[in-house]
Amino acid sequence: MNKTTDNNILWSYLEEVYDPEIPVLSIVDMGIVRDIERNGQELTVTITPTYTGCPAMDMIALSIRMELMAKGFTTVIIKNSISPAWTTDWMTEAGREKLKAYGIAPPNPRQQACKDELFAPHEAVQCPHCNSWHTSRISEFGSTACKALYQCIDCKEPFDYFKCH
Amino acid sequence: MNSIINYTLYLADNALILGQRNSAWCGHGPVLEQDIAITNISLDLIGQARSLYQYAADMLGNGATEDSLAYLRTEREFKNCLLTEQPNGDWAQTILRQFFFSTYQFYLYQSLLAHADSNLAAIAEKSLKEVRYHLRWSSEWVIRLGDGTEESNRRICKAVDELWCYTGEFFIPAEYETAAGANPAGLKEAFYTKVKEVFTQATLALPENVFMQTGGKNGVHTEHLGFILSELQYMQRSYPGCEW
Repeated sequence: MNKTTDNNILWSYLEEVYDPEIPVLSIVDMGIVRDIERNGQELTVTITPTYTGCPAMDMIALSIRMELMAKGFTTVIIKNSISPAWTTDWMTEAGREKLKAYGIAPPNPRQQACKDELFAPHEAVQCPHCNSWHTSRISEFGSTACKALYQCIDCKEPFDYFKCH
Repeated sequence: MNSIINYTLYLADNALILGQRNSAWCGHGPVLEQDIAITNISLDLIGQARSLYQYAADMLGNGATEDSLAYLRTEREFKNCLLTEQPNGDWAQTILRQFFFSTYQFYLYQSLLAHADSNLAAIAEKSLKEVRYHLRWSSEWVIRLGDGTEESNRRICKAVDELWCYTGEFFIPAEYETAAGANPAGLKEAFYTKVKEVFTQATLALPENVFMQTGGKNGVHTEHLGFILSELQYMQRSYPGCEW
């Protein structure tokens, strides 16, 4: 097995590790995994936390360990790397589609949002259910640190928006 | 080295104590969305505190952990600014405390991006993204309350009277700050400009000639910190080493 194939397999293992708060999204989709390094049977996985206080991060580190141990790697080292800081721009296209199918509006590109200006018009977010852009923000903070709460004015469904970060 | 450890603890203590204060709003916010907002901010602050305590614990060695630093230090060892330990009061007081602190923290973390210590710079970079949200959210609320109803204006004016005297401390360097290469006095102008800008929109006046309270950075606190710690540290003090 050559090195690249080996590495692809390792990455595919991590695609089986899901975010406990958003069970359709793997940690690879989320863009949390920075690097996997193999040294014999020892693996070092470098991850970047989404939000500093995100309670899912401890769970994710544990799940990575469990997944890789189940694949036969006895020594798994998890390294945290906080710089450069995680951004929603690192989320994969596949991840965005899975989020939408799950009913969470995927993050808008960063350059369009994240303004400092006060009382700015709310970001336009597309309803993941009926695709209408006619939506309004109910709360800038939502059920987890990474989400905001929106409602669709056309189909009336409330939905989570994975806010750009 | 010692000064970097103390400075890291200073940054961590600020975040932990304000995070602890805000968390008491959980289930008590004026409306559900704002209850979620203030507790999310609390979570961000405690997250920042964790990163900073972990870094301080690494530097300290000798079995120190993020938990031992948060749960087993005494009141006089905590270095947080007096502002962060002030009571929640009403919504206006909580909002204004957050606004003053977020404004300070925003410029502080911006200056830390260029700090020689790359770990502190990385934590600042990460946290700044969150602080941006906190600052925007609290600024909007200060304006809403100040330029709102007679009652909301009365309440936020009272909060200004109550809290302004704790903002001067931000800019007076403790010995460890200077030694760690920080220049808090350099943040003063940006802080005042931002506060003035928001206060003007909120129809609030900036108090003048107020005697500024100090001491927190060097462990001399108001009576409130002891009560916060007795609650925060209760489990580890009563059941040493307990885990869940």
